[in-house]
Amino acid sequence: MNNSFIQINNISKHFADVKAVDDVSFEIKEGEFFSLLGPSGCGKTTLLRLLAGFEYPTSGNLLIDGTDITALPPDKRPTNMVFQNYAIFPHLNVEKNIQFGLRKLGLSNDEIDKRVKNVLSLVKLEGYEERFSNQLSGGQRQRVALARALVRQPKVLLLDEPLGALDKKLRDEMQLELRTLQKNIGITFVFVTHDQQEAISMSDRVAVMNEGKIQQLSEPNELYKNPENIFVSDFIGETNFLKAETKSRDGDFINVSIEGLGEFKIKNNLNIVENSSDVVCSIRPESMMISKVKSDWDICLDAKICQTSYLGEMTRFYVEAKGIEKIITVSSQHFDNQSFENNECFISISLEDISLLNKK
Amino acid sequence: MNEKNNTLLIYTLLYFGFLYVPVLFLPIFSFNDANFMSFPLAGFTTEHYEEMWSKRNLHKALWASIKVGVVASVVSTTIALFAAKAFARYKFRGEKISYGGIMMPFLIPEIILAVAILVIWVNLGFKLGLVPVTIGHTLFCTPFAMLILIARIEGFDFSLEEASRDLGENAWGTFFRVSFPLYLPGIIAALLLSFIISFDEFILAFFLTGSDATLPMYMWGQMRFVQKLPHVLALGAVIIVFTTFIVLLAFWLRNVGQGKAKKDITMKL
Repeated sequence: MNNSFIQINNISKHFADVKAVDDVSFEIKEGEFFSLLGPSGCGKTTLLRLLAGFEYPTSGNLLIDGTDITALPPDKRPTNMVFQNYAIFPHLNVEKNIQFGLRKLGLSNDEIDKRVKNVLSLVKLEGYEERFSNQLSGGQRQRVALARALVRQPKVLLLDEPLGALDKKLRDEMQLELRTLQKNIGITFVFVTHDQQEAISMSDRVAVMNEGKIQQLSEPNELYKNPENIFVSDFIGETNFLKAETKSRDGDFINVSIEGLGEFKIKNNLNIVENSSDVVCSIRPESMMISKVKSDWDICLDAKICQTSYLGEMTRFYVEAKGIEKIITVSSQHFDNQSFENNECFISISLEDISLLNKK
Repeated sequence: MNEKNNTLLIYTLLYFGFLYVPVLFLPIFSFNDANFMSFPLAGFTTEHYEEMWSKRNLHKALWASIKVGVVASVVSTTIALFAAKAFARYKFRGEKISYGGIMMPFLIPEIILAVAILVIWVNLGFKLGLVPVTIGHTLFCTPFAMLILIARIEGFDFSLEEASRDLGENAWGTFFRVSFPLYLPGIIAALLLSFIISFDEFILAFFLTGSDATLPMYMWGQMRFVQKLPHVLALGAVIIVFTTFIVLLAFWLRNVGQGKAKKDITMKL
């Protein structure tokens, strides 16, 4: 397994005075399901288009499997792309769409037929050969786009928000299917999405991007549990930010004074400096406990419920606590809005669930 | 509600009457057994058509018009296709000026365009004839062809071209396998429209033909003699039928093609 199958070295892409991608470097492993995640305009799509060859970098270089592809046109690259709108050729039927990219490969007719048949069964579209794009559902179009790219047996498959246009149920199904497919064929996938849940559930590793830069590159559970900065913490899942101020350090720990909670000694994973007010604490809504009676957790606050929203599998409470400026969000699977009298409640927090982050 | 509909109906009938009744007189009088366009009709005859068919000069003029029309429409549609693609697809410096430059012949009075070409052509020491007419018509047809093509190409999903490049086709392969077939209905519409515009263009032809008359020139020449009017009416009737046929052909071509998919895109045209 090649750990630097795709090498992205100091890549920048400027459009006029906008730095869409700003000096980005990282590597993608062979056979990996790799996601580029970020809000719109963060540069993820530009980065994917740089890999596909639709854009050329302002500076830096790109290598795939040891070959420098920086200056190669799209048709000379070992990549294929699944487009956001699928870009199925409307004047060709499904079979011709899939055969489209095989002509230049110099295959025999038998080999072409075999490959088309195989890929059609891989994406479960047997029997749809004669259909045209407008006779297919969104999910089927997505499969055609996938088949058309995979039939060329690329080294890397690039996917530009391919599930964005599907309804939620179908999207969940396709997530699972894409993931299984990728594991079976072993091709490296580079997947662009703005949907954090999608990226987390499908990927081996995720690069979170914002403003043209990689904010954090790690495995999905790390992103969630140990966000490296305030942007990642906010973008992945939900969180509450509390004002904080660091005091003295104590080995791997640091003393922190947190708004409304008091002063605590917590783990300093990010090597944050002492005596700084340029920090915040992040606490996930689901790591807190809401209760009718006082608990024996590290921190237990008196609080008042301002609003609730019932979400089926859980209820989200918006609560006010003394000394904390912002409304805190807490989610619970055990209680609903009927459970509390006079909206009075207790909020409990465990110290290990508090993460300390630099503001910038 | 009903009353309103009736008013609209009357308006519509008047409108179409105004448009087509004068034109309908042509075929009617072309079968009338008299030399003058006046009622009552004198009787049915196909004599005028026979007379028309026997005119050698008319054959020559028709052939001249077809030659000019075919060359002018092919050249102007080709130029217009490249221009339309550039305007619809890319942002570039001088975009607005180039667009205005191409659209100019559309706005300049035709007579001025004709005089300008005439003066330059003669000063360059060339002979008048069908060549300058063709050049003039190409210039004149290009903006029309470009408007049709821009309308089509602007609705075009350019990720289809990217997909083709991504699937291993180079720029030429992409043009011939993806862009061209999808632009084709627009291209045909532009060709047909340019041909029709060139076919019945009079002013440029009047200034630039010299002795090789095009069909409108021939008709104009014949109008001076009363006894020759009837066969010009017959010719006019034939041209109406021919033009209608071409327009219907253009509509039919727009809708024909592989599958419904193509139709969906062409509807934007």
